[in-house]
Amino acid sequence: MESNVQTAKVLPTKGNKRRKKFIGSEAFYGYLFVSPMVIGFLLVMLFPLVYSIYMSLTDWQLLGDPNFIGTENYQRLVNDPDFWVVLKNTLIFAAGLVPINILIALLLALLLQRSLPGIGFFRTAIFIPVMTSIVVWSIIWKYMFGTEEGFINQILAAIGIDGPAWLYDPDLAMGAVIVVSALKNVGLNMVLFLAALQQVDKNLYEASYLDGANKAKQFWHVTLPMITPTVFLTLILTVIGSMKVFGQIYVMTNGGPGNTTKVLVYYIWENAFKLFDFGYASAIALVLFVIILFFTIIQWSARRRWVFHEE
Amino acid sequence: MKNKKKSGIFIKIAFYGVLSLISLIMIVPFLWMINTSFKDSTKVFLFQLIPDPFKWENYLQVLESTPFHLFYFNSLYIAILVTAGTIFLGSLAGYAFAKLKFKGSSFLFLCLLSTMMIPVEVITIPLFLFMRDLGLINTHVPLIAIPILGPAGVFGVFVMRQFFLLVPKELEEAAKLDGCSYFRIYWNIMLPLAKPAVATLTIFTFLTSWNEFYEPLIYINSKELMTLPLALALFTDEVGTKWELLMSASVMATVPLLIVFFFAQKQFIEGVAMTGGK
Repeated sequence: MESNVQTAKVLPTKGNKRRKKFIGSEAFYGYLFVSPMVIGFLLVMLFPLVYSIYMSLTDWQLLGDPNFIGTENYQRLVNDPDFWVVLKNTLIFAAGLVPINILIALLLALLLQRSLPGIGFFRTAIFIPVMTSIVVWSIIWKYMFGTEEGFINQILAAIGIDGPAWLYDPDLAMGAVIVVSALKNVGLNMVLFLAALQQVDKNLYEASYLDGANKAKQFWHVTLPMITPTVFLTLILTVIGSMKVFGQIYVMTNGGPGNTTKVLVYYIWENAFKLFDFGYASAIALVLFVIILFFTIIQWSARRRWVFHEE
Repeated sequence: MKNKKKSGIFIKIAFYGVLSLISLIMIVPFLWMINTSFKDSTKVFLFQLIPDPFKWENYLQVLESTPFHLFYFNSLYIAILVTAGTIFLGSLAGYAFAKLKFKGSSFLFLCLLSTMMIPVEVITIPLFLFMRDLGLINTHVPLIAIPILGPAGVFGVFVMRQFFLLVPKELEEAAKLDGCSYFRIYWNIMLPLAKPAVATLTIFTFLTSWNEFYEPLIYINSKELMTLPLALALFTDEVGTKWELLMSASVMATVPLLIVFFFAQKQFIEGVAMTGGK
């Protein structure tokens, strides 16, 4: 207040007055405080996204200049048998990982929600892999899946089964990677489910108990409907996460054997940073973007619905 | 009556059985890793409850044959800077979006929010060229700047804004009447109030940065600049199948985090539930 009075004396013109008023005002600080993130958004997100659309329309290689080639990269993509294999692999990975992950996580959350002795230990044990880097987790499992005398095959040998070459068998490699990836993040979804279960109104259980519902009925008619928002959230997050899988593929199989475990992000990385085919890699990256955009939009529209429902 | 008691015991056995089995699957890899890290190179695939000979020298060998202390240092200082940057810029912007009135604030927030769905993997190529033009390839700058300003940073803004929205207006009004500047309100009133949110975000950001693999793989070439996950992943090729050394290195990369986890476990799990549930 005081400073405004002073300003008016020194600078009587209207425009200056307004500017002076702006500096130090609430709006001024608002802009100031959000500016680093907004500038970051422009530099790190918006500009690169627009730029990658442009790049996908060029034949840009590492050295050399970009030539505008229109939709040639996209035509190449459609005719690239590897791309379709990679896309299929990514979808197989998601289709395998998501149900395993969600079902085990939900089962564990249901088991671990009561307070029985030892619960803390189990929660911790299941959560530890979440903390670990995917690289370490994948290295250990690669070692455990060792062909000759890996841990898994030693156990199988003990019960008289001749273990396969897990990561070198085209029929088994993807399955092995899926299981390893699912186990890594089961703890994360479990914790989200535990939080949701704790928020379910206990009166509902009592009421349904008085109505004669047994445990199974309570689960279907009380628990599940009440935690649907969380189920849906974890579902979408896990689907999106599975589209971006990279580290475990890089460490465990390098996309092999053959092309059987090569996924989208790996294919982008390979084309961009091994073959330096930036234009083509950008086109693949935009396909990935569209897929993830699709799932995100589903999440947002559905989310609005259940938020409304809750109110 | 008797029957019911009996089935209760069976349920309990099944309950602990299932949990033990799954926990075992989660823990055995780590035990096997620790076990192998002490084994002799000729016996890495032998099952020995206590390795014989017990070679703690494996750890020394890792430290001597690689600049492991540098990997540690790089991971640590990058994670600290990323965390500090995310907390500071995230809470600052979160406070402004939650409490300050300015034109276009909801539009700007929506813009930021929409970036959370752009996977970094999609824009890595232009970012790489951008960093190359700035001469920042093979430096730590991209590993620090991109997480703070990218989707991970935006997540921070989102979490902090949600928290600040819950702070009652009266607190601010009183400070304003006392003549506090907006920065002081943020720094002295809002930030201390936001301790739970800050703690959660700290854990989350630190962990993500510590475990990040894709970005170092793309931006770092020289050994001295590598972070732990990158060094470990490339280690596989370099030392071939020297599993005992790889396992020692993995133990060294993992154990500090697990120790911190054991102490902050409760807060950590609650933090995940809190941020994920929103």
